[in-house]
Amino acid sequence: MRAALRRPVGLAGVVLLVLVLAAAVFGPVVWGDRATAVDTADLLAGPSAEHWIGTDNLGRDLFARVLVAARLSILLALAATAISMVLGFLLGAAPMLAGRRLGRLITAAVNVLVAFPGLLLVLFFAVVFGVGARGAALAVGLAGAPAFARLCHTLIAGISERDYVAAARIAGVGRVRMLLRHVLPNIAEPVIVYATMAAGGVLLTFAGLSFLGLGVQAPDYDWGRLMQDGLNGIYIHPLAALGPGIAVVLAGLAFNLTGEAFASAPRRAHVLPKAGQPAPATAPAAGSVLSADDLRVTIPGPNGPIHAVRGVTFAVGDGEAVGVVGESGSGKSVTALAVAGLLEPPVRVEAAHLVVAGEDLLAPGAHRRLGTALAVVFQDPMTSFNPAHRVGPQLAEVSRFHQGMGRKAAFARAVDRLNAVRIGDPARRARQYPFEFSGGMRQRAMIGMGLMGDPRLIVADEPTTALDVTVQRQVLELLADVRRETGAALLLISHDVSVVTDVCDRVLVMYAGRVVEELPAKDLRTLARHPYTRALVAAVPDMETDLDRPLAVIPGLPVDPVETPAGCAFAPRCPLADDHCRTVAPPLLDGVACHKAGEAP
Amino acid sequence: MSTLTFHEVSVRYGAHTVLHEVSLEVGAGRTVGLVGESGCGKSTLARAAVGLAPVTSGAILLDGRPVPSRGRRPVQMVFQDPYSSLDPRMTVGDSIAEAMPGRPGRMERQTEIARLLGLVHLDAARAGDLPGQLSGGQRQRVALARALAARPRVILADEITSALDVSVQGAVLNLIRDMRRDLGLSMLFISHNLAVVRYVADHVAVLHAGRIVEHGPTARVLGDPRHDYTRHLLASAHPLKEHT
Ligand SMILES: Nc1ncnc2c1ncn2[C@@H]1O[C@H](COP(=O)(O)OP(=O)(O)OP(=O)(O)O)[C@@H](O)[C@H]1O
Ligand code: SF4
Ligand SMILES: [Mg+2]
Repeated sequence: MRAALRRPVGLAGVVLLVLVLAAAVFGPVVWGDRATAVDTADLLAGPSAEHWIGTDNLGRDLFARVLVAARLSILLALAATAISMVLGFLLGAAPMLAGRRLGRLITAAVNVLVAFPGLLLVLFFAVVFGVGARGAALAVGLAGAPAFARLCHTLIAGISERDYVAAARIAGVGRVRMLLRHVLPNIAEPVIVYATMAAGGVLLTFAGLSFLGLGVQAPDYDWGRLMQDGLNGIYIHPLAALGPGIAVVLAGLAFNLTGEAFASAPRRAHVLPKAGQPAPATAPAAGSVLSADDLRVTIPGPNGPIHAVRGVTFAVGDGEAVGVVGESGSGKSVTALAVAGLLEPPVRVEAAHLVVAGEDLLAPGAHRRLGTALAVVFQDPMTSFNPAHRVGPQLAEVSRFHQGMGRKAAFARAVDRLNAVRIGDPARRARQYPFEFSGGMRQRAMIGMGLMGDPRLIVADEPTTALDVTVQRQVLELLADVRRETGAALLLISHDVSVVTDVCDRVLVMYAGRVVEELPAKDLRTLARHPYTRALVAAVPDMETDLDRPLAVIPGLPVDPVETPAGCAFAPRCPLADDHCRTVAPPLLDGVACHKAGEAP
Repeated sequence: MSTLTFHEVSVRYGAHTVLHEVSLEVGAGRTVGLVGESGCGKSTLARAAVGLAPVTSGAILLDGRPVPSRGRRPVQMVFQDPYSSLDPRMTVGDSIAEAMPGRPGRMERQTEIARLLGLVHLDAARAGDLPGQLSGGQRQRVALARALAARPRVILADEITSALDVSVQGAVLNLIRDMRRDLGLSMLFISHNLAVVRYVADHVAVLHAGRIVEHGPTARVLGDPRHDYTRHLLASAHPLKEHT
């Protein structure tokens, strides 16, 4: 609501709408007498100080009549919109209410009607229902119903796929109750916004019908009717016809702009406060392919800046495999995106240095300059591939763009790389679309894309989380092979401790945007010194877990990255926490950030 | 508690047969783990038992009688994604109350909601919260409470921990074990994670390409697998350290 009002268009729409509605409510009360006062001395007069837009053929003040007509015009438009909305909702809900077969029939009919020109429908129904305000309202309402039906159908289809609808069905909730309790509340917002916009259009249509003589009949009058009356004298007194026309346009705009503003109201995001003093630049660690010093990433959020990464220092040596583990929200993916140079304003990336494969990532255009030295693999490969293009050409694109290869040569390399990531029959697969690949195959193709060049570093963010155990293992083995063959370093991010310990040499444990512990992967299960690392490892059952004891759990919730505490971020959940922990943040010393590193709880 | 029996159940979508004559028994008070890779038909089997998937042939029986596929089911299901399994506009209490049998009065309702929230280790004050105010693990516990509210004779848990962070996964698994001990629930526990199944289930069935290829006591199946596919699954679950 506030967000919509904050924008000039939204504000204009709402102010206009309030004025229009005020005219509809008070118009007949305030100007009613004036609008009916016959003045035979002043017939068909032009604009004057007394009659702003003139008088009609009985000498009645036209300006007053326009204001009085607001009530009928708006009421009829609203009534027609309501008819469309109710009918549309019922038709759209048909698949849910009437069963699958009848529902499908109704949906098909709706689709045909939507394709029909709206005006034709209106005229058709207007003739069927006969001349007059009631007939016109029915006609306009009926003609608008298919569009509403389609909207409701789409929205309802989205809702009924949700598990909570399935759960309610299993719990024995009937169809009507389902519609009222689960569906209606969840689609109300977009439907009302759409209805507001539609009301503007309905207003126009109605004016059109009355203008044609099919709508409101004398002695009643709405804006369309007034326009028609004024038409005869349009060359002498243009304002007599234009006045009500302007009213229609203004009222239509009022509805439209208001609806539009609410539909596109952006999620509110605060602007980040100005950056502090930049840390003095430092030199990257020797022999490293990736080196970051005091990396900080801040993202504008609805409740203030989100401190996603709060000072992370680490390096990945040439050919080394480093894992990053931590709960969701601990800043793993944001770190990966920063390292890949994929973060852009308004997100703010700061560091004493951030160097990947010799490129300074704090300078603009970082991702582009990295070229093929960096390969990135994400959790959901479906979003990394363009679904509209075949896989082979998408791979080839990399070589054509970064290495200036010809179309033929690049495609040949793509096929070769698909073969390298062990996709059977690569020549045929290269001509397929991403959706024709299974999840594991897509992930391998994504790795293949990274191998089009000569990567020195592969950043893989949860590459196997969307895959099941057997495929997961294949992808991890592939990553290991690729590293052996190319000597590329790997930054592997996962919330799965066992995946990281299997593949990596060294592990960084992140909590609340900081590295809390850094240790060799083989020591993770046995030699961890940070209470969080220990808890994280103990919480995951493995094939040797003691079946007679409950699993260890980490009490409480992760900290809100908007309100990061002054002391140790883990203190509220830590069994060892004391007042010192709560006030002084422990620095990362000798691989662990804890005042009581290694103490038994 | 009751016994849920799948008797030669087949499910077909068009020309694609998802389940081939699957027979499986979830004994009274037992937790049976169902494992297999994604797309093998695990969810379909569970959904068929509550009437959400069409059974082409065979029968699903509860204590020897067909499971009703309308009205409040005596078999309740908990879903994988805690973010889509609760109505975002309904309070936790209302969601739970909706599944209660009969028409409990106001007081009775409050007491029952509090009791159920207590069962899943949530504070009764949470009843007024909307799902948006809860973490994934808390939502999953509410989903479990809703399933229990219907007084089910069997519970189907479909990958209920795989969308959760490791730190809350453990809490939900502990809860499942507590409930079996305290309430004697019969449960079909679906997961692709063998270590998780090993921790909660006393029996395991292995589903591969729509057929059960092996089943038996958990310790036996995981300790001495007889079918090649089970061995393959187990090999995938163990570290690949020796490989690198
Ligand atoms: N409504 C449907 N229409 C057509 N095919 C379907 C439908 N539901 C499931 N399938 C197919 O049935 C097969 C089994 O699906 P199911 O959801 O049971 O797998 P799953 O073992 O539970 O997988 P996951 O572990 O990924 O959840 C898949 O090949 C899937 O494509
Ligand atoms: S610094 Fe204190 S609160 Fe933080 S992890 Fe260490 S012991 Fe726990
Ligand atoms: Mg499934």
